[in-house]
Amino acid sequence: MMKKLLAPLILVAFLVGIQLLCRWTDTLYYLTQMTMAGYYSLLVIGLCLVMGYAGQISLGHAGFFAIGGYLSAALTTRNLLPFQKTFLVKALSSAGLLISGQDIYGEKLLVVTPWAACIAAVLIAATIAFLIGIPVLKLKGHYLAMATLGFGIIIYRVVLASSYFGGADGISAVPSFKLLPGLTVNGSTSDRVQNYYIAWTLVLFGMFLLRNLINSRVGRALRAIHGSEKAAESIGVDIARYKLYSFVLSAVFAAVAGVFLTHYNGSIGPSEASVMKSIRYVAIVAVGGMSHIWGALFMSVILNFLSLRGVFGSYDDAVFGVILILIMLFAPNGILRIGLGAKLKSFFQPKGE
Amino acid sequence: MAFLEVTNLCKQFGGLKAVSDVSFQVEKGVIKAVIGPNGAGKTTLFNLISCSLTPSSGKVRFDGYDLKGKKPHQVAALGLGRTFQNIEMFAEMTALENVMVGRHIQSRSGFFASMFKMPWTLPEERNIREKSMELLDLLGVLDCADVEAGSLAFGQQRAVEFARALAMEPKLLLLDEPAAGLNIYETAEVGRLIAKISDLGITVLLVEHDMSLVMDISDEIVVLSFGQTIAEGLPSEIRNDPEVIKIYLGE
Repeated sequence: MMKKLLAPLILVAFLVGIQLLCRWTDTLYYLTQMTMAGYYSLLVIGLCLVMGYAGQISLGHAGFFAIGGYLSAALTTRNLLPFQKTFLVKALSSAGLLISGQDIYGEKLLVVTPWAACIAAVLIAATIAFLIGIPVLKLKGHYLAMATLGFGIIIYRVVLASSYFGGADGISAVPSFKLLPGLTVNGSTSDRVQNYYIAWTLVLFGMFLLRNLINSRVGRALRAIHGSEKAAESIGVDIARYKLYSFVLSAVFAAVAGVFLTHYNGSIGPSEASVMKSIRYVAIVAVGGMSHIWGALFMSVILNFLSLRGVFGSYDDAVFGVILILIMLFAPNGILRIGLGAKLKSFFQPKGE
Repeated sequence: MAFLEVTNLCKQFGGLKAVSDVSFQVEKGVIKAVIGPNGAGKTTLFNLISCSLTPSSGKVRFDGYDLKGKKPHQVAALGLGRTFQNIEMFAEMTALENVMVGRHIQSRSGFFASMFKMPWTLPEERNIREKSMELLDLLGVLDCADVEAGSLAFGQQRAVEFARALAMEPKLLLLDEPAAGLNIYETAEVGRLIAKISDLGITVLLVEHDMSLVMDISDEIVVLSFGQTIAEGLPSEIRNDPEVIKIYLGE
């Protein structure tokens, strides 16, 4: 029992420590990147379930992030006033899912409430993952990678090409997302600490769910699929269904991350849907040790934070590409697992003994 | 109606008839062996019965169900378990976890119940663990419970694979060369094990090369050669069958 609680407790202590440290050193602006890194981490741990545990690669997860973010952004900013007379808008309005407001130029707006938009965005992302997953997850290895890559490219081109999603500019002026009275997802400086904790509570909750899942009947079945599909189906695991459900689940994690980060930033642009983002997520899962959800979370915080701070400069994407290549070459099981100590020891030991 | 009925089963790979018009039956509770030289189509036959392959023609009935169009996991759920010629371990899971996956069809918690650790999943989980430990004990590999299956010795992996198949509480167990790669002591151990499995009331159909093992433990034997049945009967009959002697010993 103690052992199980150790890792989450360390994480909580670390998070609180960071916040206090930033406060004392008057560097609270770091929390902005830590918040964003938290949301990206939510996506990463979901991807880790599919890649590391179920053994199915996805090079299209930025697509699900973008579906969540863009839909929530569009629904909460696109004016429904011109369609006021249509049945759908009337129905939504009478269900209390619409809210009036003003845009930055003082024009009257009628938009969907953030809660309704969030739920709709996540449900749509899950549905798309389900529909895409049925045919695509029949593929294996490189073919699966290519098919999911294709999906990611489609989403990227769709948001880039459609004016509804703002084309190359993306969608800005996304309203804040009031979760509960007193708890709001937004980017204002005064709510920075609050948002830091909202993001990381979400990550902790996600970790809680995934840890439970991994150590359950379902998690064992997923790892069994990774180990040997032949053996897994011979003992009654419905591999098609388990692959599909875990894929949908990870898409939900990605979409939730997209929704929250978009409301936090107040905007979303097409770069969030780009293939380079998907590759970055895969690289982080790989560097964290593939089937190692704490490792994925750990590397995600560090790398996303550094990237968001601009440490990698304009070589940002290149850095993640290099990381992926190096990991595949030298530590396909992740750098936390290569046993650096043993390697160094054998390196310094005289040969031929 | 017999427990397992294989009727006019054929499987063609391009121009090769791997299994050609094979028919036999397995009665409940017996140990039946399929023997034959290399390339006789034994493993293909097993893959057809467990629905890993679709037959070109012919029929398999198991426990009253027609297996036509069924998927391997559905056949497993009907109570048909199997092991593989080249052991298929979940190499990165521990021996215990391997066997615990074997309890899959005997348990039910799904994605939501597992994620939220619903109260009723806890006794189920405990039950899975206890049953799996019992099986590891039965097969004499309890000390390996927490070792990664991929790093176990070959014989131990065989035992874990057996335990995993038994964990699903099958009615019929297909064993594909259970003694392959084992020394004579281990082979004798496998023989005792199969007898033990049979005592549990599980019907056993096995493919095996080791003649002494087959003659020792089986109640009935089917002989395949080039995809065709050439003899079927009691071990004593098979031992003296001229056709079988010709195939195994040459003219």
